[in-house]
Amino acid sequence: MNVVTNNKWIGQRTIRPDGMDKVTGRAQFAADTTMPGMIWGKVLRSPHPHARIKSIDTSKAEKLPGVKAVVTSKDIFDFTIEKGAVMLGIQDMRWMCRNVMARDKALFPGHPIAAVAATTEAIAEEACKLIEVDYEVLPWSIEIEDAIKPDAPILHEFNKFEGKPSNIAGRLEHKKGDIEEGFKKADVVIERTFTTRPVHQGYIEPHACLISVAPDNKTTIWSSSQGQFMVRAMTSMLTGIPQSDIRAIPAEIGGGFGGKTIVYLEPLATMLAKKSGRPVKMVMTREEVMRATGPTSGSKSTVKIGATKDGKIVAAHGTFYLQAGAFPGSPIRGAAGCSFTPYDIPNLLSEGYDVVSNRSKVAAYRAPGAPIGAYAVECVLDEVAEALKMDPLDFRLKNAAKEGTKAAHGPVFPRIGYIETIEAAKNSDHYQAPLGDGHGKLRGRGVASGFWFNAGGESSAQVNITEDGNVVVTTGHPDIGGSRAGIANICAELLGIDYSRVSVIIGDTQTIGFSNLTGGSRVLFASSMVVTQSTEKIIQTLRERAAKIWEIDPEAVKWEQGAAHPVSPNAGQFEPLTLKELAEKAPAMGGPIGAGVQLNTVGADGGFGTHVCDVEIDVDLGIVRVTRYTAVQDVGRAIHPGYVEGQLQGGVAQGIGWALNEEYIYTKEGKVDNPGFLDYRMPVCSDLPMLDCIMVEIPNPKHPQGVKGVGEVPLVPVMAAVANAIYNALGKRFYALPMSPPKVLEVLDAPTQQAAE
Amino acid sequence: MAKVHVTTTINGEPMEFLCEPSDTMLDALRGSLNLTGSKEGCASGDCGACSITLDDQLVCSCLMLAVESEGHEIRTIEGMANGDKLHPLQQKFLEMAALQCGICTSGMLVASDALLKRNPNPSEEEVRFWLAGNLCRCTGYDKIVRAVMDTAAEMRAQ
Ligand code: FES
Ligand code: FES
Repeated sequence: MNVVTNNKWIGQRTIRPDGMDKVTGRAQFAADTTMPGMIWGKVLRSPHPHARIKSIDTSKAEKLPGVKAVVTSKDIFDFTIEKGAVMLGIQDMRWMCRNVMARDKALFPGHPIAAVAATTEAIAEEACKLIEVDYEVLPWSIEIEDAIKPDAPILHEFNKFEGKPSNIAGRLEHKKGDIEEGFKKADVVIERTFTTRPVHQGYIEPHACLISVAPDNKTTIWSSSQGQFMVRAMTSMLTGIPQSDIRAIPAEIGGGFGGKTIVYLEPLATMLAKKSGRPVKMVMTREEVMRATGPTSGSKSTVKIGATKDGKIVAAHGTFYLQAGAFPGSPIRGAAGCSFTPYDIPNLLSEGYDVVSNRSKVAAYRAPGAPIGAYAVECVLDEVAEALKMDPLDFRLKNAAKEGTKAAHGPVFPRIGYIETIEAAKNSDHYQAPLGDGHGKLRGRGVASGFWFNAGGESSAQVNITEDGNVVVTTGHPDIGGSRAGIANICAELLGIDYSRVSVIIGDTQTIGFSNLTGGSRVLFASSMVVTQSTEKIIQTLRERAAKIWEIDPEAVKWEQGAAHPVSPNAGQFEPLTLKELAEKAPAMGGPIGAGVQLNTVGADGGFGTHVCDVEIDVDLGIVRVTRYTAVQDVGRAIHPGYVEGQLQGGVAQGIGWALNEEYIYTKEGKVDNPGFLDYRMPVCSDLPMLDCIMVEIPNPKHPQGVKGVGEVPLVPVMAAVANAIYNALGKRFYALPMSPPKVLEVLDAPTQQAAE
Repeated sequence: MAKVHVTTTINGEPMEFLCEPSDTMLDALRGSLNLTGSKEGCASGDCGACSITLDDQLVCSCLMLAVESEGHEIRTIEGMANGDKLHPLQQKFLEMAALQCGICTSGMLVASDALLKRNPNPSEEEVRFWLAGNLCRCTGYDKIVRAVMDTAAEMRAQ
């Protein structure tokens, strides 16, 4: 075991290994890749929210000059409903096969019906128009309220809830104590209902892939995803090509936030490539991204919290209805499992309901479900604190989960840093500073906390020493936000060499061991474990090589500052042997130096954050501006502080968008009416202030460098923090997101209307 | 339809290419010219990932026809560094972690460069309004704004 005494690289703001490529435009994202002989694939999508597909006639399209292949659901493997779930991670392939290509029924506008490959994009598009589909249009429902009505059109007849066909696809609950008894003890009880709209992950890079299939089925996939192994497995299952024949190469990925954890294009492009014998490239338009991928759920939640006069929460009840989109699988686990978890509540019932309706299937989005639950819970907490005349942070402190608290979803917490985040927020310049004069605008301040499970799971690494004595680290997780920099910091630190001598690459499925998705706040947690163990094996080899050269015992050799040294003068007097020298001697001294490790990592535990938000409201226009924001988070150990802050700031910006502007708007015909960046309004640079971060570092005792996942927690508290700040400014509370200008005006105008009535 | 022959200058080099009359400049750059540094995020002028300059004017190359480059001077991210010497903005983006996934980075850099050419001493507000046409979903813009301001200060000091 190599003990690191003083850190040279861990905790440094090093320049990321892939950075130069990205600032010069060289980096290869999926849509940047081409191949000789390549043709283009396009998808024909359903115009209807709900329709039975009676027939599809592709003959005219096939005859169009330039068209090389057409595929429909017949070409995609059918996981029949009756045979039961076929799970890959959290995805049921029965839904996945129907989501990539409609089978029997189109379930949302944008649902793929057929795909065409042709020599140009224009011809492929033209051919899509020549495909004749006979639809029987069915009644549909988009919103939760409509989908759970007794007479609602049923999406999946086989799905039963309480014995009847239903659009409720599942229910889960977390329970602790007895809520009836608990509420009896409460002096203050507040119950509220909240709704949120679906929001899109909003990655700037649309989904894209390039796929080549040789006549012997050997398949190469270049694609943008959060996991090349997921791409390989799903493509294999949906096309029937064995995994060993598929090489999935991770292109650089232009954002994902959970939205690129499933496949959309890859199985279609694979079948088009197989049928046509040509490499096929597919790139979604932004409109396709908005209509047919992601988003996360819209929701309806009811939260009831009871507390005693002295500020102790005695009971809580949450009911969270989440939209799944066209197929079961909304993130009810995140909503029901995370939102009360920051608190030690003796009597708790947290229920989640998964509701299908005629919109695109939801995909993971940063701490899936947790921000939705936290919005409701943290707003009610604010009201309870106010009723008790307590400072909202003091109220949270008084009820905070800590080491030994049993969370309703199961675990008993080890040493966690939640209390430290509240204290840091309380002591921050931000929380201490007066709100100041708004010059005619109303100002307010709000706080909120959040929790996310964090994940460990499978990870593989290979560390090789080059002949010139440098290091190449290969891991299996796409680098979505700078993880290569963190890995290089750790490897350079352990080996005691300069950072610039470590190169980090992301292996493809056929060159590195299985590694699970980039998601769940797991990548640096998991990959640094396997990189650490691989590096330790290498250090052991290096010590053995030096011992052999010096003809002493390996135990008498220590590794320090990039070189082997005798442990003490007693071991013998030798000049240190550097990594470079040992690498050069390698051919004569036992051969190549390298080591790999594969692990199913555990010990990720959970992550906590507490946020402080200031807003300024223009009451004439209804515009809310966030003027100051501080995100405090227990990050375990910041291996690369710059990219940890980046995760915090990025999550906060997404949350501000979700709170204030972002939403899917539907037409009367059941179609998304704002499928572009002009009308789906994500925050732009001028909408935001600087976003301050306070990183609390309580090292994770179960991780060699103390790492805790950081990517997801930052989004969890934001909507509640903004809503609480707006309440603080206006004295009026919003029970629906987004709090966009027309809705703010509606609430502001409400009392005048009442007076006039 | 017959293709159109276009003669232009890209990153200081004389260039010729063939395109459809309906091709955008972004199609031409990413297609026949094989300059894939400019990205397509929306194709509707709303994300800025395709930002280039046309005779020093910042434009979205997805909103410009390729034929419009005839006789004009185009600059893209590929022309920003001088040989192996990075532009100060590129250097600062790296040092200050002003990119996460990197898909917006080319457009951000081209747009920031255009700003500093017009105004070497922008306020934070000016930077924010200038870059309002360049979406970034990863960074929350904080580090990007800081990097642009810091670069401006450094360039002024030289
Ligand atoms: S691709 Fe041109 S602005 Fe988005
Ligand atoms: S760094 Fe990912 S969009 Fe800007």
